[in-house]
Amino acid sequence: MTTTAPANAAPTATPRRPLKPGRILMYALLILAALFFLVPVYLLLATALKSPDAINLATTWHWPAALNWASFSDAWAKIGGNVLNSLFLAVTATLLSALLGSLNGYALSKWKFRGANTMFALMLFGMFIPYQAILIPLFQFIKSLGLYGSIWGLVLAHVVYGIPITTLIFRNFYADVPDALIEAATIDGAGFWQIYGRVIFPISIPGFVVVIIWQFTQVWNEFLFAATLTNTTSQPVTYALSQLAGGQAVSWNLPMAGAILAALPTLLVYILLGRYFVRGLLAGSVKG
Amino acid sequence: MKGLSKDRLWSIAVLTPSIILIAVFVYGFIARSVYVSMTDWGNDPAQALALNPIIRWVGFTNYQDLFTGFLQGRFRQELVSTIFFTLFFILGCLGLGLGLALILDRNPRGEGLWRTIFLFPMSLSFIVTGTIWRWMLQPEGGVNQAPTLFGGQSGTFAWLSSTDAILKFDWNKLPLLTASVVGLVLVVMAVRAARSGDRTRTLVAGACAALLFLWALFIGPNVKLLPAPELHGFNLALIGIIIAAVWQMSGYTMALYLAGLRGIPEELREAAKVDGANDLGMYQHVIFPLLAPITLSAMIVLGHISLKIFDLVYAMAGPDNIATSVPALNMYLTSFRQNQFALGAAIGTILLILVAFVIVPYLASQFRTEEGHA
Repeated sequence: MTTTAPANAAPTATPRRPLKPGRILMYALLILAALFFLVPVYLLLATALKSPDAINLATTWHWPAALNWASFSDAWAKIGGNVLNSLFLAVTATLLSALLGSLNGYALSKWKFRGANTMFALMLFGMFIPYQAILIPLFQFIKSLGLYGSIWGLVLAHVVYGIPITTLIFRNFYADVPDALIEAATIDGAGFWQIYGRVIFPISIPGFVVVIIWQFTQVWNEFLFAATLTNTTSQPVTYALSQLAGGQAVSWNLPMAGAILAALPTLLVYILLGRYFVRGLLAGSVKG
Repeated sequence: MKGLSKDRLWSIAVLTPSIILIAVFVYGFIARSVYVSMTDWGNDPAQALALNPIIRWVGFTNYQDLFTGFLQGRFRQELVSTIFFTLFFILGCLGLGLGLALILDRNPRGEGLWRTIFLFPMSLSFIVTGTIWRWMLQPEGGVNQAPTLFGGQSGTFAWLSSTDAILKFDWNKLPLLTASVVGLVLVVMAVRAARSGDRTRTLVAGACAALLFLWALFIGPNVKLLPAPELHGFNLALIGIIIAAVWQMSGYTMALYLAGLRGIPEELREAAKVDGANDLGMYQHVIFPLLAPITLSAMIVLGHISLKIFDLVYAMAGPDNIATSVPALNMYLTSFRQNQFALGAAIGTILLILVAFVIVPYLASQFRTEEGHA
């Protein structure tokens, strides 16, 4: 993403130069924007670290005098089980849909058949539909399978509705693999599966990283299915957090600490692997 | 390559499970939802959860109820809210995202760090964002207290609970308003077609516009959807939710625009400079036109997100706050709290139609150009 940076960096950004007014304005705007993005984080941390009796609307902005780490263990006691549910759900659903997406993308980009693009467009539509439009039949279907209230119903839903995006990302990824490679392998007598196993799969690691990060984040953060297809034992963390924060009697350090627990996994993924996260983001906008 | 080889059959075999799953879970379920929306399932609470409920076909009654029924004023306000929400949310994300991308494109020091800061909310769920901002927007807390940090008076705006609304209009005027807006669009289309010399198009668009205006002039004012006037507008309680949504999603538009800006070849900028364009002229005539397709695709992605948003509202204002409610939230409550499945399915179908208006032309154009190139 930053390949062209050095070229336009040269004229203005050389070090040890006196700052021009334009540059000063630029940094001022950047700091202002950063404040907008970071102030909520400050309040989140400050509130999570206060003890319940120190939380007072008038002193919202004050950093706690004494840090109260117990908020986190209290929050974990309430939603820790849901965090573990989310972890199991996100890992299982992500791996399954990544594998499906990889096979689909390979078949669609390297073994094109007539109408493949139309079929793919029909598949992609599933990525954009509001899930409210399929929720009632989905609920009935999961119930009829006996999976209502089990995490497996949720896994199934996430795998199926993950197919469009994982297929899209892998299809675009494999489009950059030269067809000559496939033809050479065909001449050597390799078939569909041998080419996948020996040629395509080994070079798919970056594609898998993008898809896994993207799907993990999506599944972890999802709320609608979580709220409709599960019961108290199988609820993922998003639903548990909404219940924790929605209650009136709870003091605010608890939902704030809970929000941190619920945000940490995806936040870590983003901070450690941000480059791939952004790639998934850009793929989501259907750049064909 | 060759016709139906063994490999080709394998590729179809590999795709088959996904195709079947999508066919059932997307298209089959949509059909089923549409069917349910035309029954009375759950309108009688006793039948809703019965083992073998008696379900009758009622046609478009549920839809008629939503748009004109006495009890469904909440849904109509939500429909208006979701349009305003989408409008301001998209404007906010595009404006802030483009601004940030333009600044980052000038290569400030520590670019990676700035990018990380602007993008991190994207990795959070709407529930987490909503929980944080719910606390920020407490009536006497966070944002309202901020002025006191600088010695000012604390604010008094009722962020998530205000019942004031602006830009109100009578629901009875909706057909009239719609006809006028569509008519104006058609006039613009006719003028553009006339300029490019497309006569049939000019005539068709012009005739349709004329028909609509005639209708709006003579019949429209007498159409009454409801017996009494019913005012709907932009609820001010939504402002807080829009700010939170922009906070979460503007990093996305920034990333899109930044990728676009970095994709503009340096030679183009050089050429513009050689031609004597100043900075402003270069942005106006070279860079912004090249970013137009990105704006369109961002609008489409943000638009469909905003039409179906409900978790943010649920987490920020609670499910029962009528001032901030949206159709997607109403659908969930109607179906899974009140067990009125048919009515819920109707709301879901209306949402699908709204989203399809945005998505279908986009997907179609994407794949038409692609097939053309192939």
